[in-house]
Parts: sequence; C-alpha cells; structure tokens
Amino acid sequence: MTNSIEELEYTDLILATGTNTTENHPVISSFVKRGVRQQGVKLIVIDPREIDLVKYADIWLCQKPGTDVAVFNGLMNVIISEDLYAKDYVAERTENFDALKETVAKYTPEYVEKISGVPAENLKKAARMYAQANRASIIYAMGITQHITGTDNVKSIANLSMLCGNIGIEGGGVNPLRGQNNVQGACDMGGLPNVYPAYQQVATEDARKKFEAAWGSKLSAKPGLTLMEMMAAAGKGDVKALYIMGENPLLSDPDLKHVEKELRNLDLLVVQDIFPTETTQLADVVLPAASFAEKEGTFTNTERRVQRVRKIVDAPGEAKTDWEIISALSAKMGYPMQYASAKEIFDEVIKVTPSYAGMTYERLEKEGLQWPCPTSDHPGTKFLHKDRFSRGLGLFHAIEYIPPAEWPDKEYPLFLSTGRVLYHYHTGTMTTRAEGPSERCPESLVEINPLDAEKLGISDGQMVKLTSRRGSVQAKAQITQKSVPGTIFMNFHFAEAAVNLLTNPALDPVGKIPELKVCAVKLEAA
Amino acid sequence: MEKKRVPLTIDGKDVEAKAGQTILECARENGIFIPTLCHYEKTTNVGACRVCVVEVENARSLVASCCMPVSPGMIVRTNTEAVRSAQKMIVELLWSSGDHNCLTCEQNGACELQNLVYWLKIDKPRFEIEPPGYAIEDNNTMIQRDLNKCVLCGRCVRACNEIQVNEVLDFSMRGSRAKVGPAFDADYINSSCVFCGECLQVCPVGAITFKQAKFAGRPWELSKTRTTCTYCGVGCQMDVFTKDGKIIKISGNRDYGKPNEGSLCVKGRFGMDFIQHPDRLKKPLLRRNKNEELKEVSWDEATSFIAEKLAAIKKTGGADSIAGLASARCTNEENYLFQKFMRAVIGTNNVDHCARL
Repeated sequence: MTNSIEELEYTDLILATGTNTTENHPVISSFVKRGVRQQGVKLIVIDPREIDLVKYADIWLCQKPGTDVAVFNGLMNVIISEDLYAKDYVAERTENFDALKETVAKYTPEYVEKISGVPAENLKKAARMYAQANRASIIYAMGITQHITGTDNVKSIANLSMLCGNIGIEGGGVNPLRGQNNVQGACDMGGLPNVYPAYQQVATEDARKKFEAAWGSKLSAKPGLTLMEMMAAAGKGDVKALYIMGENPLLSDPDLKHVEKELRNLDLLVVQDIFPTETTQLADVVLPAASFAEKEGTFTNTERRVQRVRKIVDAPGEAKTDWEIISALSAKMGYPMQYASAKEIFDEVIKVTPSYAGMTYERLEKEGLQWPCPTSDHPGTKFLHKDRFSRGLGLFHAIEYIPPAEWPDKEYPLFLSTGRVLYHYHTGTMTTRAEGPSERCPESLVEINPLDAEKLGISDGQMVKLTSRRGSVQAKAQITQKSVPGTIFMNFHFAEAAVNLLTNPALDPVGKIPELKVCAVKLEAA
Repeated sequence: MEKKRVPLTIDGKDVEAKAGQTILECARENGIFIPTLCHYEKTTNVGACRVCVVEVENARSLVASCCMPVSPGMIVRTNTEAVRSAQKMIVELLWSSGDHNCLTCEQNGACELQNLVYWLKIDKPRFEIEPPGYAIEDNNTMIQRDLNKCVLCGRCVRACNEIQVNEVLDFSMRGSRAKVGPAFDADYINSSCVFCGECLQVCPVGAITFKQAKFAGRPWELSKTRTTCTYCGVGCQMDVFTKDGKIIKISGNRDYGKPNEGSLCVKGRFGMDFIQHPDRLKKPLLRRNKNEELKEVSWDEATSFIAEKLAAIKKTGGADSIAGLASARCTNEENYLFQKFMRAVIGTNNVDHCARL
C-alpha cells in the first residue's frame, strides 16, 4: 500500500475494486465500513460479484470479468471530458498526460457499456463522485492482478489516482491489499528472481558487487525464473531440482494436471512444510518446519509495517525453524551460516536493506515500523510519494483494453472466477484443520445466481459438474445473489474439488501472473 | 490550534478538561477512578448501566459521568455516600437478576461485575436471585452464549455495529425480557454472524465466552504472548494464551494499537487449532528412489542427501538447473536466508514465491 490502513476510516472516498475485503481482509474492511457508516466516507465498488461491501456502497459498477481496463479508461474519459481532473497536480507532478488523454478519448461511457456491461449513466456518476472527492483511496487485490492484463489493470488504477491528484497525500493512494501474511516481506527480502533485498536489481553491477562483498560469494548477473517459468522449465527438463519452502503449488497454481506432470519430471524435489500437502506427496525429501507460533522473527504487513513474531510454544517432534534448516543445509554445502538467533539474521538484513536500515528488534518491540525507515531515528513512513515519485514525475501509461484470454462461448457459456472465502485460507492446510472455520464452511461450493440455476435446472445443495478446456471438478451448488447471472464463483481451498484443475494458466506478459480470475466453463448436474 | 480548556473541580481537585469531554474522560485523565461497566472506548456512550454515576452540584439527580459533558465551573464528587449507595443498588440489581455463579464461570477472575461487587464490598445482594432461565447457546464450536449472565450493557451490540460494523447484533424485547442477539432471536450459527468474536472480546461478564477454552484453564493460570497473526496481510497483533505448553485461546488487545486496534477475524481468533494438530510433520522424510515410499530419517541423513544431490545436479546441469521457492508464509529472516542460500550458495537467481497466486 502507498498509504496506511488507518487512513481508510477518515478519507473522503474509497474505491474498492477486485477486492472482496470483508472476507479476505476482514479487519481492514471494518476500517472501510466504519468510515462509511460513521465518518461519511463515500464508497464506490467495482466488482463482477455482489460482494458484501456492495451493501455499504454508494454505487456499484458490476463489470464483466476481465474488462477492468475499459472501465478505468471510461472513468478517466468522463473525468477529462468534464474537466474534473486535478490540473495543477497533473502539470506539476506527472508526465505523458497527452498520450493518456488521446487513448481514453475513445472510451466513452457508451463504448465502455458495450464492452463491460456497466451502464453509461452509472459510470458517469462514479467518475464524478471519484473526481470530486478531496482525497480518494483506491484499494484492490487479486481481482485486479490475476489477469493477463494484471499489469495494465494496476497501471490504469495508478493513472486514475494520479489524474485526480490522489497519490502522495494522506487518505489517498493506490493500495493493494496483500493476501498472505508476509508476501510483502518475502518480496522486500529478495524472494524474487530479479532483485536482491529492497528491490536492488541483480542485473546492475553496483548492487551485485555490494552483495558479493556482503556474502563473500560470486553472484550471477542473470535474472532468474519466475514460479510459472520454473514449472515450465521443470517440464522441459531445464530445471532439475526444486527446493520449496512453505508452499503448496499443487493446489494453488493454475492448470494442476500440468503442474503435477512438471513436478514429477524433477530429479530432486525438496519440500519444507508444517503439514503433509499435495506437494509433499511428490517430494523426494520432506523437511518438517516450525509454524509461526514456534519461532521468533518478523512479518511485514500490507502497509509496509514490519512487526515482531514471537515464539509461543515448542515445535512438535523434530521440526525446526526454516532458518535453522537453511543454515544446516548451507553448512553441508560448504557455506557455513552461523546465526544463533533470528535477531542475528535481522541484524544482517538491515545492513543490506536500505529501507529497513533504521529498524532493530528493540525498536519493533512495542509497535511495528513502516518502511522506508532508513535511520535509527526515522519514525517510519505512513504514506509514500509525498512531494515526489520514486522516479521523479508520475508517468501516465496510455493503455488499450485487451479482452481476457478466454471468453464464454457456445460450448463453455459461463464465466468462472475464483478466490477465497472468509472461513478459509489459501490451500486450506491450516484452516481445514481448525474446528470452528471448518464448521462454518466444510466444503467447496459452486456459487451460482438463481437465474442461471433455474435455467440449468439446478437446486441449492445439488452436486454439479464444472468443466473447462483443462479439466473438470464436482462440488455442491450454492444458489446466491452474490454471483451475477452468467458468472459463477468457486474457492480454491479444497483439494477434493480443486478449482485450479479448471483455471487458465495464461500469463500476464510482464507480471507473469496467471489469469485465475477469468475462464470459460460449462456447468451441469453431476 | 489549542482547544478551549474548561476548568472544573472533581473531588475537590481543580482540573481542566477539553471542551466536549465527558466527566468520565476528564476524571480518568486526572487519575481519578470512576467505575464503569457498559462504557467501552471508541463506541457510543450510552449510559445504560449507571455504574459511573457521580454527584454534580446543583444537578437534580446523580448523573452518568460517561455521558455528561463537562461545563465551566462544574463541581463533581465521585465518592459520596449517595454515589456509593446508588452504585451498590445497581450492582445488586444486576447480580440478582442473573445467574452469576463464579464457581463455574469462565470469566472468574476477569469479570468486571465480580470486580465491582468486590470493590463496593457487597456480601450478597439484598434481592432474591432470579435468573431469567434462558437456554445456554451451545450449538457452535467457537462461541458459547449464556444470556443468564448477561448484564445488558450492550457492549456486544456496539462492538458488532460500531467496531466491526457487521450489523448482526441488537437488543430485542423490552423491560426485564430484554435480550441481545441476532435478528429474530436466532442463534449465532443460524444468523448472518461471521464469528469475528469482537462481542466475546468486549463482554465484561461470562455471557459470551470461548467455547474451546471452557475448562481449559482459568484466567490467572494462563500465560500470554503477543505475536503477529499468520493469516492475511493485515498483520493483526494478538495475544496467544497458553497453559502448560498448550494454546488455549487467542484474543485481540487494544493496547497494541496499529494496525488492527484490537480487532481480529474468525481465522485469527478461532483458526489456530492447526498449530498443535496431530497431522503436523514431525520427522524428516526421504525416498532415495522415485518408486520408493517416503521413510523417516535423521536430519543429518536428509540434509546430506539434499546437499549431495544438489552438488551433483549443479555440476552436470549448472546452477541455473536448480530453482527455489521462498515463502509468503515464512518470516523476513527466513526469506532473506533462503534467497541468500539460492544466490550465494547455489549460485542462481532462480528464486521466487507465490506472490502472484
């Protein structure tokens, strides 16, 4: 997030798009809902499902899945043609406005209605509401990014936000809500193929030299493979060994049949986890790891806040913390890593990670700190890009709408979108073992609108079969208004009804993120 | 800009309040104790329980200090005979109208009604104890409700509507039949309740309690450790309570402030059974050939096998024939070490994690 969670409650307007916040970030949703109910915050929801937030919204734009760029261009078209944009901000802090203006010119509300199904009048209303707010925050999540146009979608959001002068101010910003506890930290720490900690490029010589000196080792200048590319390389035999720490790709990745084939092709698969998973079943070595409750360390939350994790109980059996396992393995490979505690690792982290440089365990004891926090007396940063963007001027990207990789047709007439439900987390290894959440949600459900259900002769609770070009799964139908006609939804928590057997592995060319939010399926009684 | 200061006297002490502050807020700021029950910070002051009554000179009757704004020259007394007598009456009425049996109550030792009884030195209520006789709501695995212990303070209603804004709970019925709950007198499990448990966290008595923590440990037997929730990216600060190495329950804590201000969701509060679940992996497992079953081995054997195999693959296929997935689930320290291992030890940048999934 460019800004902080607490700001949501006291801003003037929130635009929530591609985020089912009440289920995926329930505590953040309470800031949004308090803002709406108690502080007069206006709420615009742009989402292809009638999620709970719609109940709190001033206006809901229900677009067809994957037509986000068209909708954002449409909003900007209205804002520019009605002269509602922040002219001073655009002039002083941005560049390339003319290209944006030229591109969005053809996305008139009527044209956007044809593409997205959003009524032109509603689009105009929402555009005016957004532009007229003094401070407006955009929150989004995987509903924006898990598309072949994921990068375009995010850039479009940034365009809209800059157009109305909302980046670099309190209560504004472009705010991705991160779905996993430490996805922010894993990125900050260089758990990515092209960057070292704090996003220092592996391809630049300065950065490489710095880390070669810090680690006493020759480093490769060639950016590595992304997850989806690793899987493909495993399938082709180019990658022969894969070491997985705490992930379960055999349930979370798209087109699972394919993933299984690829993993089976490896010479060595090492999986380090807290539970047996679909992926450990294929492993050559399974290493038992400690859970978050059994170790010291830090997580970085979605608003860049680094917070302490503390040991509460002992790990079961011979399970060890992940850092102890990596250290032991490293020593076996002739590179001893001598750390007595997580704190000692953190002390090394801050030396090579400029945005974390001012943090210590002592400073984090009472309250977390938000990066950038470059020095020991720096209070941390509540919101980014004040006065200046990282690159200087904010760059507008002129972006054309591209339809999703798969669109419903005669054979596969319905949209399928996927995601999480409130009671479960990701591949369910933890929550399906928790009594309470499992009581509320014991199995996967196919969420379908009453009109579609009637057309297909399907009743609530009936077993249905869902088929895409890649596979089929069976699960019970849940008839609900949350799904709009023509679009069904299924969660990916349960191995017994793994929706990722159906999903499309088509990738965003830049972000390499698969289009998990849109594919075409057919539905029939099982 | 300095806010206007309002001078007043509380218990003979000259104090200054901010304009718009209540007597209670001003007293607390100045270290003067006024007992409360229904009051809950950052929710509406409702003055429902009247436990916070004080004397205000020239007022017609005792006033609820949680609702009464200060005014210039106000003379307030918090500890007079009339105040204590009223407080005792209120507490005795609450006590006698419920089933407040501390012997078996989970809140024993952490109960705000019990604290009031003790502080006001009440031996027993002067009224006959007549609990309403509601059935205990015991039909879900997370939250138990015993409305016979409810003091109708309305904190749960405000927590649900004003803190979490889930808008499930409210009062129903009137007079002595008044009760709190979801619409149409439904049980939680049959309502639109999402089991965030905020109601449970704010309940001052034993009316709303942790089902799984029942008989698992009394408040003073539990140790408490603060940590960061492992579920989503909000990073909620939480207290984990344990007894003899076993996790008993999880609670939010408002004192920790950002980012969650004491709130949690159903996964954070009730989704932690997995930590001590019998399915946990406890020993390293290894198969030396693809067609074998996984067998338990020592750490030394497992790590030696991996190290030899990786070295051999690196030798024949180069470092880039090895790849690793770090984890959005592990700590910063572990992710740092993992990418360092891949880059400095293996010699490849083939490291990623499931940020995109």
